[in-house]
Amino acid sequence: MNYREGEPIRDTKAPEGPIEERWEKRKFAARLVNPANKRKLSVIVVGTGLAGGSAAATLGELGYQVTSFCYQDSPRRAHSIAAQGGINAAKNYRGDGDSVYRLFYDTVKGGDFRARESNVYRLAQVSVNIIDQAVAQGVPFAREYGGLLDTRSFGGAQVSRTFYARGQTGQQLLLGAYQALERQIAAGTVTMHARHEMLELIVSDGRARGVVVRDMVTGEIESHLADAVVLATGGYGNVFFLSTNAKGCNTTAIWRAHRKGAMFANPCYTQIHPTCIPVSGEYQSKLTLMSESLRNDGRVWVPQEAGDTRRPADIPEDERDYYLERIYPAFGNLVPRDIASRAAKNVCDEGRGVGPGGLGVYLDFADAIARLGRAAVEEKYGNLFEMYERITGEDPYAQPMRIYPAVHYTMGGLWVDYDLQSTIPGLFVVGEANFSDHGANRLGASALMQGLADGYFVLPATIGDYLAGSRDFGPVDEVSVAEAEIAVRDRIERLLAVDGERTADSFHRELGKLMWDYCGMERTEASLTKALERIPELRAEFWRNVKVSGVNEELNQALERAGRVADFFDLAELMCLDALHRTESCGGHFRAESQDADGEALRDDENFAYVAAWEHTPEGPVLHREHLDYEYVTMSQRSYK
Amino acid sequence: MTAIIERGAATSPIEPVEPPASTSAPSPRRPRKPGFFATSTGQKAVMAVTGAILVTFLIAHMAGNLKAFAGAESFNGYALWLREVGYPLLPKRGLLTLAEIGLVVAIALHIWSAVALYRRAAAARPVRYAARRRSQAGGYVVHIMRWGGLTIALFVVYHLLDLTFGVVNPAGGAATPYARMIEGFAPGRWYVTLFYVVAVVMVGLHLRHGLWSAFQTLGLARWRPQLKLSATLLSVALVLGFLCVPFAIMIGAVQ
Amino acid sequence: MNLTLKIWRQPNPDEPGKMVKYHVKDISPDMSFLEMLDVLNEGLILAGDDPVAFDHDCREGICGMCGMVINGVAHGEQKATTTCQLHMRHFTDGATVTVEPWRAAPFPVIKDLVVDRSAFDRIIQAGGFVSVPAGAAPDAHAVPVPKGDADDAFDAATCIGCGACVAACPNGSASLFTAAKITHLGSLPQGQPERASRAKAMVEQMDLEGFGGCTNTGECTAVCPKGISLDTIARMNADFLKASR
Repeated sequence: MNYREGEPIRDTKAPEGPIEERWEKRKFAARLVNPANKRKLSVIVVGTGLAGGSAAATLGELGYQVTSFCYQDSPRRAHSIAAQGGINAAKNYRGDGDSVYRLFYDTVKGGDFRARESNVYRLAQVSVNIIDQAVAQGVPFAREYGGLLDTRSFGGAQVSRTFYARGQTGQQLLLGAYQALERQIAAGTVTMHARHEMLELIVSDGRARGVVVRDMVTGEIESHLADAVVLATGGYGNVFFLSTNAKGCNTTAIWRAHRKGAMFANPCYTQIHPTCIPVSGEYQSKLTLMSESLRNDGRVWVPQEAGDTRRPADIPEDERDYYLERIYPAFGNLVPRDIASRAAKNVCDEGRGVGPGGLGVYLDFADAIARLGRAAVEEKYGNLFEMYERITGEDPYAQPMRIYPAVHYTMGGLWVDYDLQSTIPGLFVVGEANFSDHGANRLGASALMQGLADGYFVLPATIGDYLAGSRDFGPVDEVSVAEAEIAVRDRIERLLAVDGERTADSFHRELGKLMWDYCGMERTEASLTKALERIPELRAEFWRNVKVSGVNEELNQALERAGRVADFFDLAELMCLDALHRTESCGGHFRAESQDADGEALRDDENFAYVAAWEHTPEGPVLHREHLDYEYVTMSQRSYK
Repeated sequence: MTAIIERGAATSPIEPVEPPASTSAPSPRRPRKPGFFATSTGQKAVMAVTGAILVTFLIAHMAGNLKAFAGAESFNGYALWLREVGYPLLPKRGLLTLAEIGLVVAIALHIWSAVALYRRAAAARPVRYAARRRSQAGGYVVHIMRWGGLTIALFVVYHLLDLTFGVVNPAGGAATPYARMIEGFAPGRWYVTLFYVVAVVMVGLHLRHGLWSAFQTLGLARWRPQLKLSATLLSVALVLGFLCVPFAIMIGAVQ
Repeated sequence: MNLTLKIWRQPNPDEPGKMVKYHVKDISPDMSFLEMLDVLNEGLILAGDDPVAFDHDCREGICGMCGMVINGVAHGEQKATTTCQLHMRHFTDGATVTVEPWRAAPFPVIKDLVVDRSAFDRIIQAGGFVSVPAGAAPDAHAVPVPKGDADDAFDAATCIGCGACVAACPNGSASLFTAAKITHLGSLPQGQPERASRAKAMVEQMDLEGFGGCTNTGECTAVCPKGISLDTIARMNADFLKASR
């Protein structure tokens, strides 16, 4: 797959000047819509996770007419709900030296210098408002005996800035946003369409003006029009088939928007989470994450000898390799996610992996139990241990857990400017679906922060500036609506007409394996070239040989899946292309060719300090570079030794 | 891994049921405000309060029954006292009639709320499960409350005809209360005694749930284990109190 | 392992449904219940049949989307477990397993095992929130919350809205779901201003949706994947009665 070089792209919305004043400046410069006019303006929000749910609720509160869509049966089920660990905020309630600037600094550095300084600074600024908002909504954060909020340090951060609600922070924050959303539905400002899936974007006169959705109960294809469209449809980790994402998570909404003109930025940046429960067999449908906090007390090891099949208890201490402690004596078991993941892959590649298929490493709590006592370990991690036992049938108190890395989060997404607007005017993208704040690697407990920052505070402030110009929008061109609808119907008919001999899931599984093997934790020119050969072949076979049962006019889960898999093929290709062109290693993107003498990721700031924004054209992808400047944080190589 | 499907191997087809009107037209605005007594929680409160009245009566009733051990005179005297309490300040049977009216109203409301909740429950589950429902909470309540309640209601009717009005009592309505009691539980009428025992045990089981449940319904969330234990103890005490009299008559200890 | 499945099949809300028998072979004990159904469905699709429709999403027990009555028990017999977290190792080889949708009039069947639970959303719409527009919040430390209250609120707030309580209740009551939200918000200082009106409005909506009344059977809490306590129902009753005075 070839690509062409396009013009550089620039974020024109971020103001100049001192970084701490930029967001204030932007808000002040943004045009306002008077309250009476807000009632006449409509916004479509697709997705009801932390970003979409909070955006729809807040836009409703402001008085816009909001239409919201989700594919689940209720907005409360979006996959933000599964986030466990916590949410960062620069509250400095501990007085331990945290500040907006430090959170900004940590996030830019953690993102391996591939994120925009302006965006990240704003994120850190807004983080404090999120906690206030969530508490006021009744989110039951963990508290201390004095009644004040408890925080913990997370993911190797040196300050304690992570607010949490036991291991269910995502759930509690999402329910807060969901309740705010339901309040607006009752108030009549938001109209909710659950069990509806967006299948196409309507672009009229160069502006995003609506979406084509399929009613997943009746199969009806509906067009919904508005003055602006917000996509909050999450990440695309399910391109790997096995990931910690929910089964329904998919790329269709952003991919359709990409094909309609929205640029896709940094698609190759994927985060692999080191502490997931390993795959147990071919039939496996998803992977389950266990909170990173387990690494605070658990010790990671594998046998020293390859092919050692003894039970863990039978392997004496001196025949074990606590490889993280050995290689990274300073950080030990607490090295960042990408490093821990790759180290696990390396030892498994050496044949020292444990469990079925040799794809696993031990996470051992024996020392912690001996040191703290079983009761203390239970108090801290009881629910995680229980979850592990439920899934594996093994008792983690008696034998070490087995863990293996799994795809968890995608830093890439649709390109947006400081206003969160994509390259299609009127199309805004929030949350994991955009690319903006995490660079090449996301820090723990930052996803919840970004989703809610976008939805509660950033988008509601910036979208007004766009909508203030609505007088120039004009009526929606009927042809563009008809074309979008026809495209949707055609695709559905094509899928149903193939009538081949393989299910969409079997193709998805194969694509996922291919992506994991060739574009996973470690990428090489050879592997990516191979993937770029195989993906079109597999896609061709898909369109020749997929079997989708039933008809469109019913609840048809086979059809839903097939449509999503079809888009994953196209996205997978772009991911591999992006990974191939970026010959450096950075954050979640590790190119084997670009490593230092110790096998650590080696960035190439000279050539790659840019955002790769891909444009879709009939002739193939076009690369637009957005150069990244670092005025405040000096670029440096990460080191955790 | 394979899946083999037996096509058409259907078992017991079940007719679908019309979805209720309330869900077919999802409306965020509530069309009408039900009054307190039309809400499920209101109906439950009625059940709890009337239940409490009936339990108070039962305790007094049992205490009165124990007068049987003090002999005929004491027992009849107690019965008379019930009729004349407050006299001459109040008319004869004045307080008793008042209490009787109260009890009848309480019973009526108790049954009304039971029926209302039953109808609500039946409407909420128009299609039953094909698999036998397997209770995860002991299944005690499900089985005991409604059928037990019905048994008790039938017994109360008989009990009144037998010992209050004496209509079905061998000693007849004109006899003294004590005589009616002795005759009523005569060894020859073991089947009556048996019915009595079954009903009293039912009352006990009914109260074992009903007592703590009333607290729960009226909003007392704390001390549930203690409440449950107290409910059981009080139920056992009541059952024993009620049963010792006919038992004593049966074995001739009270004549 | 091999299993015989008896599954409720119903093409749409308007047509009658029936139990249909299937056999699945070579099921691994490490599979989840839903993965076992995936295997069945792969076979059905390839055979040109309609796969069994069932709701699921996160498959890690938190989204609340999945739920079926397995052998007469909501989410199956494993305690505190959603259907997606139920693993086949808890079944015996050769067993017959019946699988049915949640049964309640306010949860009409859409297809097979998929039911419409939007009644739950409408109960939340009636008052399951704190009215605080974005940006209007005071500093998070402005009001300290006693740890006990925060813990009570959290315990109730863990409800995932799956509907197992309704499915298991002999009365088809949604009291546990409704009470969990009333307790969550009512335990916190932030939830006080609307506490009475919330309880009243949510209970009324719950009744209006056609759910049954609570008779304190405890079946709901016994199948609840999050173990929401019956205490919440008592608190709901208390708040409702107070609001009705």
